[in-house]
Amino acid sequence: MRTKETTEPSWPVFHEIVVMGGSAGGFKVFSAILSALPLDFSLPILVVQHLIPGDDGLFYRHLASTIRLPVIEPCDKQWIKHGHVYVAPANYHILVEQNGTIALSVDDKINWSRPSIDVLFESAAQAFGEQVIAVLLSGANADGAAGMLKIKEAGGLTIALDPATAEYPVMPQAAIDSGAADEVLSAEEIGLRLVKLGSYKI
Amino acid sequence: MKNPEGEHAEIDLLLETIYQRYGYDFRSYARASIERRIRLFLSNTGYPSVAEIILRIVDDQEFTFHLIHYFSIAVTEMFRDPLVYRAVREKVVPLLRTWPHCKIWHAGCATGEEVYSLAIVLKEEGIYNRATIYATDFNNEALDRACEGIYEMGKLQEATRNYQQAGGKGSFSEYYYARYKAAVMDSSLKERVVFSSHNLASDSAFGEMHLIFCRNVLIYFNRDLQHRALGLFTDSLVHGGFLCLGTKEDLHFTDFRDQYEVVDNKARIYKKKNWP
Repeated sequence: MRTKETTEPSWPVFHEIVVMGGSAGGFKVFSAILSALPLDFSLPILVVQHLIPGDDGLFYRHLASTIRLPVIEPCDKQWIKHGHVYVAPANYHILVEQNGTIALSVDDKINWSRPSIDVLFESAAQAFGEQVIAVLLSGANADGAAGMLKIKEAGGLTIALDPATAEYPVMPQAAIDSGAADEVLSAEEIGLRLVKLGSYKI
Repeated sequence: MKNPEGEHAEIDLLLETIYQRYGYDFRSYARASIERRIRLFLSNTGYPSVAEIILRIVDDQEFTFHLIHYFSIAVTEMFRDPLVYRAVREKVVPLLRTWPHCKIWHAGCATGEEVYSLAIVLKEEGIYNRATIYATDFNNEALDRACEGIYEMGKLQEATRNYQQAGGKGSFSEYYYARYKAAVMDSSLKERVVFSSHNLASDSAFGEMHLIFCRNVLIYFNRDLQHRALGLFTDSLVHGGFLCLGTKEDLHFTDFRDQYEVVDNKARIYKKKNWP
């Protein structure tokens, strides 16, 4: 386990938002990590899981039935609330605005994906900079690595699933290879880490 | 990397410059998407910063139109969200029948795929000949393509599947013919269509519409511009007229919710109330 502890400043950075991405093999890891979070978890979480078009909310319903936090498939311009999990709808990119609302788009696919993890991560880097926590999970392609690097460059905290524990290691490995990952953790460790980071506030 | 605050300010200046110099108003577009398109433009053209492109925009029209092209890329497909077209068939068409003539405004029609989809539905329901569809967009290049009605053959497979899921009554292949690798839409599908340029950010209302179709356009606007567009739609609709938005565009989150009743929540079809 590698962590960022040694490089963290002596004063705490208050994180505002968690963004997470996954593709093949992400389904199970998302449930495992998010079900570890308590009801009083203080940060909002935005999730992109690659879906087939016409998924019709399958992943969203699965998450909603397995975790404690409220899960929402948002509409455009919906306000982002603390302690809520927002799942990108099939066939839309999901972005965050600086004013704390969700923005959706039907722009071209990025990395053959809509929703694309890079699109979410880059918008989070742009809008919230160092206040972002990014988590990249299992997948068979490199979507998310470029966006994660942007978040790291903006001073945010970036965590990749340990490829040795991922069902499909290509995605987290791409982030690690490009130097985008501050920490490389197992699913269980990511859950614990988020619990700790999400209790900073209030 | 540049600090985001500085870049936000530069982007404000860029959009202001385009407006002042060329009259195209992107200042009220949804910020996250427009910033993404500007970054895409920067990385494709090799310009190091937004500040650099502001300098060029001032006196280079061709360059500016190239950039504006990035802002207006619209992605659409035939019978996108089949459930919407099914709902139009089942819940809107029966009421459209009760009017002797029906006027439909397809606002932000982009390259026209959904205009042809709607025309097909009206045709199969037997009301096409007493309908007029006003298909508008601010992007004239897209509008020209909509008017041509020629699409990549590869895309027609998905269109055929969508058409069937949308409750299509015939065979989709009746509505186009193949020419080389392209599909040319049957010309009868545009007999009742008027294509024209209209900018929701600056132009005024259309009169006496029975149905307004505006899907996945408002997501690119900020709240102010969204409010303006919804105001135009509300002014343009007859009482009892229908408004159909994108499946993730919820009228409930806007100031107009009290002026409409919900016809189909999943398909985001609303009906303007008689007495607001």
